[in-house]
Amino acid sequence: MKTKTLGQRLSGLPKHVVLLGVCLIWIVPTIGLLVTSFRPAQAVTDSGWWTVFNPPRGKADYQTFCAGCHGENGDAIPSANLSDPALISEFKRSIQLQAVLHKEFNGQPHMGDVPYPNDQQTADILAYLRVLSGIQRTQQFTLDNYIDALVGYRGSGTYTQDCAAGTQSVDLKCDFFDLANPRGMARAFLNSLIVAIPATIIPIFIAAFAAYAFAWLHFPLRLWMFALLVGLQVVPLQMTLIPISRLYASLDMNGTFLAVWLFHTGFGLPYAIYLQRNFLGSLPRELFESAYLDGATHWTAFWRLAVPLAMPAIASLAIFQFLWVWNDLLVALVFLGGEHPVLTYQISNMVTSLGSGWQVLTAAAFLSMLLPMIIFFSLQRYFVRGLLAGSVKG
Amino acid sequence: MVPADAAKVPRPRVKMNTTTVPKVMQQGAITPWLYLLPAIVIMFIFIVYPAANTFYLSFRNSTNTDWASAACVPAEPCWGILENYRYALTSEIMRIAFFNNLMWIVIMVSATVALGLLIAVLADRVRYEPWAKALIFMPMAISFVGAGVIWKFVYDYRPGSDQIGLLNAIVVALGGQPIPWLTVPFVNILALNVVGIWVWTGFCMTILAAAVKGVPSELLEAGRLDGAGELQLFRHITVPIIMPTIAVVVTTMVINVLKIFDIVYVMTGGNYGTQVIANQMYIEQYTNFQTGRAAAIAVVLIAVILPAMYFNIRRFREQEATR
Repeated sequence: MKTKTLGQRLSGLPKHVVLLGVCLIWIVPTIGLLVTSFRPAQAVTDSGWWTVFNPPRGKADYQTFCAGCHGENGDAIPSANLSDPALISEFKRSIQLQAVLHKEFNGQPHMGDVPYPNDQQTADILAYLRVLSGIQRTQQFTLDNYIDALVGYRGSGTYTQDCAAGTQSVDLKCDFFDLANPRGMARAFLNSLIVAIPATIIPIFIAAFAAYAFAWLHFPLRLWMFALLVGLQVVPLQMTLIPISRLYASLDMNGTFLAVWLFHTGFGLPYAIYLQRNFLGSLPRELFESAYLDGATHWTAFWRLAVPLAMPAIASLAIFQFLWVWNDLLVALVFLGGEHPVLTYQISNMVTSLGSGWQVLTAAAFLSMLLPMIIFFSLQRYFVRGLLAGSVKG
Repeated sequence: MVPADAAKVPRPRVKMNTTTVPKVMQQGAITPWLYLLPAIVIMFIFIVYPAANTFYLSFRNSTNTDWASAACVPAEPCWGILENYRYALTSEIMRIAFFNNLMWIVIMVSATVALGLLIAVLADRVRYEPWAKALIFMPMAISFVGAGVIWKFVYDYRPGSDQIGLLNAIVVALGGQPIPWLTVPFVNILALNVVGIWVWTGFCMTILAAAVKGVPSELLEAGRLDGAGELQLFRHITVPIIMPTIAVVVTTMVINVLKIFDIVYVMTGGNYGTQVIANQMYIEQYTNFQTGRAAAIAVVLIAVILPAMYFNIRRFREQEATR
């Protein structure tokens, strides 16, 4: 390996600038969501989330005009201890502070040869002094939004405040059971799991049989049927919603988990069969031949040979199907609705009804992304593999 | 994030000896159908039958009690039994939806494919390649609803100079006036497209990156020896070689864009001139209870997607033929 010359490094620079720029644009919106979800409601409406990275308001001005004599912490002059809440609470408005600044102390101007701060700066300094003396608690981050989201709190304060004051709404009990509140995200999270897990396992399981048949069994019109399957993958969901709604309505199945499991199974099958068939078909035929020569039936070959060997493909498929179901809004909206609200349904309701503030909405959104993100970052390999479906062996 | 779509992309290059099943494995005529039956039954109930039924319903009135022609009013334009299609193809709101879907295709498909290709090529063999790619790919894992919330917050608008939405804060910081991104016509289409691009670029990038890595390095090396610049190598070697993959990614993206629903539903609800076909279909069925019209829109949607379906099957047959 020869080291790069400066010229070579520089010629690669635009590439890195573009690449890192794109990465930045991609990540910043998500960071904004995450930061906001931890900020108190008031702070969210008062200032942009990026201000949490700024020093507190007035700190710079304090350092310019005051810290020279009063010290960084305000306690350098004992007779005028700025960190004393009793002293600072005397200044209700910044004009009072302004007046003191213009007074003389021991025959000397207050500020000495330091210039006077203007009105805005004085106000900022006072705001900072309130924080410094501890009169105003500046809580930068809080978990309240997540608690509110989980229990489905809707009110002007926070769940913790209301429960402490005993003014919570009637459907909240202020104990552990609030997590089961049907309006809450905790319940929605559970519902999403109840929907997604069977809706992942059932289609993959059924597809495995069909895929085995397409790969290793002989029957008429095999290729023709498989081509049809490829076509079925493109049929849009919308094409089937109406008749299935009507069917479910006549069977009184709307709003049941079974309805959603079956629907997702139907729609997951073409892809699940396609992927597994391609994978099974790529296994060496000698493997199967020798199994049969040893007296294995198709049934044992399927369970003992095909399924274990197809595990990598099944893993990719499972991730894809799980995320698809977990993230789906349309099917949940149509067949589950408010009966068993899932995460996407709850969030879309919160967005469109504008009932809750950004702080709870961002917390709820982040809760819904938690599991997909964990799956994505820990199983990214399988995720990408599922996407490239069969172009790489294994 | 339709898993079904992922399937269209890959071209299994693995040799498959599936056209002939080994002699020893020959089985009775019934066995295969036992393996296939559950899948076939479910796919028939949930895809084939409803699709056919939707087709039928598109010729019926809103309550499926009579043919669509019954809704005709004398002295007003009517297409008889195709009345629902008159609505689906010529009504004002559907014209807007078609136009918007077309805009989505033009903007989002070109942007995702171009950006995906750019990143795939730039990130190739860079030290932080896995990190960069994971970052770009990450939105694929989260829901459109989540993406909608993330971006709605970026687009947040309020009058005055105190902005909590990042984009308007930047605009104000640069001395501009804040813009209500989601309510101004055309601007809002762009704003929604950005969300789609944010979600789907990672998908295009991943597929294209695999293709870029498959370009034989000897070819590139030979080009370099002949004095070609990197840009020329890209244009005359890389792009022609990965062209089939680009075609597949474009088709997949067109299908995805035609079906776009969640982003619009969550962010604007189809208001302010942002309506798209899939969302209008949902509204006709579940808000206006116009089943016939909704069915007709669904049929129009699949008719638009049909060429892509044909493309898919043809590619599949070619693949099988070259095996």
